[in-house]
Amino acid sequence: MRIITARRISQIFFILLFIWFCVVATLGERWWQLRGWPVNWLLQLDPLHALGIWLATHTLYKGMLWGVVTLALTFVLGRFFCGWICPFGALQQLMGVLGKQGLKPAKRIARNRPHAAQGIKYWLLLFVLALAAADMMGFVFSSSRQSPIVFWGGLAAAVAGFVALHAFQWIQVRRDVALIAVVMLAGGLLLEWMAPQGRWLVASLQTGLLDPIALMHRSVNLVVLPLVDAPLKVTSALPRVHPGSFLIGVLFLLFLLLSLRVPRFYCRFVCPLGALFGLCSRWSIWRIGQAGDRCTHCLQCERDCEGACAPAETIWISECVLCLNCLDRCGHGVMGYHLAPSSAGESASPDLSRRQVVVALAAGLVAAPLMRLDGSAGADWNPSVIRPPGALPEEAFLARCIKCGQCMRICPSNVIHPAGLQGGLEGLWTPMLNFRVGSSGCQHNCVACSFVCPTAALRSISVDERMGRGAFAGSGPLRIGMAFVDRGRCLPWAMDTPCIVCQENCPVSPKAIFTREEFRPVRGGLYKVKTAESHTLVLQTTALRQDQYATGDYFCRYADEPPRPIAANNDDSLTLGPQPVWSRLPEPGQPIELVIRLQQPYVDPTRCIGCGVCEHECPVQGRRAIRVTAENESRTPAHRLVLP
Amino acid sequence: MPGKTPHIAQPSRRAFLRRLTCSLMGALGTGALGLAFWDRRGPSPAVVAPTSEPLPDFRLPEKAGRLAIVHGDDRGQTLAAALHALGGLGDFIRPGDRVLLKVNAAFATPPILGATTHPDLVAHMIRLCLEAGAARVDVTDNPINDPTSCFELTGIGPAARRAGARVVLPTEDRFESYSLAGGRLITRWPVLTRPLREVDKLIGLAPVKDHHRSGASLTMKNWYGLLGGRRNIFHQQIHTIITELAMLARPTLVILDGTTSMMTNGPTGGSLDDLKDTRTMIVGTDAVAVDSAGAQLLGRSVEDLPYLRMAAEAGLGAVDYRSVSQGAPSL
Repeated sequence: MRIITARRISQIFFILLFIWFCVVATLGERWWQLRGWPVNWLLQLDPLHALGIWLATHTLYKGMLWGVVTLALTFVLGRFFCGWICPFGALQQLMGVLGKQGLKPAKRIARNRPHAAQGIKYWLLLFVLALAAADMMGFVFSSSRQSPIVFWGGLAAAVAGFVALHAFQWIQVRRDVALIAVVMLAGGLLLEWMAPQGRWLVASLQTGLLDPIALMHRSVNLVVLPLVDAPLKVTSALPRVHPGSFLIGVLFLLFLLLSLRVPRFYCRFVCPLGALFGLCSRWSIWRIGQAGDRCTHCLQCERDCEGACAPAETIWISECVLCLNCLDRCGHGVMGYHLAPSSAGESASPDLSRRQVVVALAAGLVAAPLMRLDGSAGADWNPSVIRPPGALPEEAFLARCIKCGQCMRICPSNVIHPAGLQGGLEGLWTPMLNFRVGSSGCQHNCVACSFVCPTAALRSISVDERMGRGAFAGSGPLRIGMAFVDRGRCLPWAMDTPCIVCQENCPVSPKAIFTREEFRPVRGGLYKVKTAESHTLVLQTTALRQDQYATGDYFCRYADEPPRPIAANNDDSLTLGPQPVWSRLPEPGQPIELVIRLQQPYVDPTRCIGCGVCEHECPVQGRRAIRVTAENESRTPAHRLVLP
Repeated sequence: MPGKTPHIAQPSRRAFLRRLTCSLMGALGTGALGLAFWDRRGPSPAVVAPTSEPLPDFRLPEKAGRLAIVHGDDRGQTLAAALHALGGLGDFIRPGDRVLLKVNAAFATPPILGATTHPDLVAHMIRLCLEAGAARVDVTDNPINDPTSCFELTGIGPAARRAGARVVLPTEDRFESYSLAGGRLITRWPVLTRPLREVDKLIGLAPVKDHHRSGASLTMKNWYGLLGGRRNIFHQQIHTIITELAMLARPTLVILDGTTSMMTNGPTGGSLDDLKDTRTMIVGTDAVAVDSAGAQLLGRSVEDLPYLRMAAEAGLGAVDYRSVSQGAPSL
């Protein structure tokens, strides 16, 4: 079997696996639904998330440890993930193959020439890592106070190690890198000792914006699957809707179309994960390259080179995605995958100048506090951003969410959606609840989103914790927000019309929405009595519409007698129900008043959990007459509304 | 340009004629297409949805006005006894009949909370239908919460599949714009009609529940689950809509399960404290009578439920259930 056949089989396998994971991320008990399928495995294999979250939280959550395996293997094998596993890479490669059909070899080779812009992805990588790095830096610097022995001992060991390696000429420690490291360490320590709680830096995790696995999951979860499955109804009986998915779909399509013209456009120029692998593969043990001097410079190896890494010349080793097309194409037996560097020479990558590295890192370190200045995670928090149950406090949440859309995919009622800019620039594509969309509000006995979240941005909670039962009876149910009645829009409040759909649907027991009864005069409902019998009043009018007041909600009031229900009416008379009995009947000429019995809804803030079922069901369809905001959410004690 | 005369090729006659034909075909074709699709008036102001055929009447005339009340804890036994009192299910379902069970699966809550039709009751009824020779049993509802979650979490879906029935989810293609003859509210409204058109017999299975707006949710209120669209608007005239629903769905049988009743906090419930063991199964062909009997379980009177009176006035049944009752055996 040719080696590229093996690669193709691997790529097809991982694409199918990816699609399979997307399909089975469906809540249910059948074998093809979420019953322990490792639907996050590809996200977990992705070390960019592991690294980003490690930097932003100094922890490595659960299955994110898989990323370490990938990274370790990359140090040995090179960018095998890009060429053999990454489903987005495989899709782009497929598009590239379609795009080069019928092209002459010279034109194909021209498309695969290395380009200086391939350096962009390294800037992006350094930028997003620096955005997230604040927490790790803070952790390291503060350890100089918390556990000085470990800190100074570790520092001394590291310095000694580098000096030793340098002295024996195993590695070349660049003077400028050493200088930058020393300056940053000294600066950090200075700040830490001068202003220990200064919080100069904040961490913001934005790896998910451009990471290819998160991008694939987001695009398939929110765009491709809803489109494909709407008529098939395999994963959802009702069509899925996601406001804001347009931008996600357009970007996905754009990058696929660009790779028609430039093979693996995204991998070559944008992908920060590829850049991370590129940096690691500089030292990989096995590598692609020429052996011997038999190369005739026929450039056949560059005809289908996916990474644009110039295997015919001085190879850009960190750009090689291990597609192995060069091995297959080479007619002279020169190209190989071996321990020795290429006999035609190697260069590490598109040259990253010191200036570029410093600018990318500094920009990242500054951008996070800059974005946080807008206050969207603090004083100017947006009450319409309702996070799913289990969400961490906003700053901790933003340090973990990778915008993969798994929570939105799994949500059985289609109520979780990608945020636009409602939660600030940082919150783009993070999950928020929109109760106008979906098949119901947030089902209060469901914890699917927190169960599936690969990074614990939505902390794993149990149904008992969500509902405040069992061991959690003392702390009460988790609240994601609170409902407010808009008395200017509510039918019983503003329009004298019975309704209380919100009360009916409130799933909490006892209900968080309760009603108070009120009899309100009907407009123009004052009439004088012509004759009165025990059950029938004839009025001095003929303007009533037949059974207009027979809906069961209208009553007749006379003097200080209790209101009696109207059972029927014709144009001039009312038939009253038997109860309650009036002690005296109105005399001819005396006034009676028609009233309507209203039940007006109130929200009990000690009961409301913010599930939004009321908002979803409210018959005032445009801007709902009862709306949930993130007020009183459990995750932010500072948003508490009423005292216990 | 000096020294160079532009070369103008003379077209051959043949080439010219071919070009002429093509251009004429293009011109005439464009004109014909334009005329064919020409809309002189523009769109009319309101697009009126067409209304579909009236739904079939599933009642059996010879069985009109029957009711059986049985007391007991075991749904299988009380159901069987009640059906026996009515002459046996074989009188209602003929071999080869296709049967639709309209359950209450409104909320995605577990069966123990009693907010939905109990899965045991559904399973028993499916088995009895199949034993009576039914060719196929379907189970449907248009719930309030997410439909798939509702059928799974209430246990109705798994129970129905195990017992050999088909769960019919309320997908968009199963609704039709429907107008009820003599109805004021149900006019050109999306109604879950298709599952009804595919069967020979219709049976309603409802739990007994408190309902703040209408007084009680019983078998007639259960037909709310046939409505689609933004049906909550009908809460403005809840008694009228329940009466119209009873006119819309004319079932072979209705089964009201008062083994446990939701006394408070309905119709969602959510706590065992909301439930009470009322040990009663009511089966009948007169939905008004069945619901009147069910209201007693909640301690409500006919005055508390105006829709009972309205439905009786519309000729749908008798409010005085004792006049049609087949007695109340206790198990």
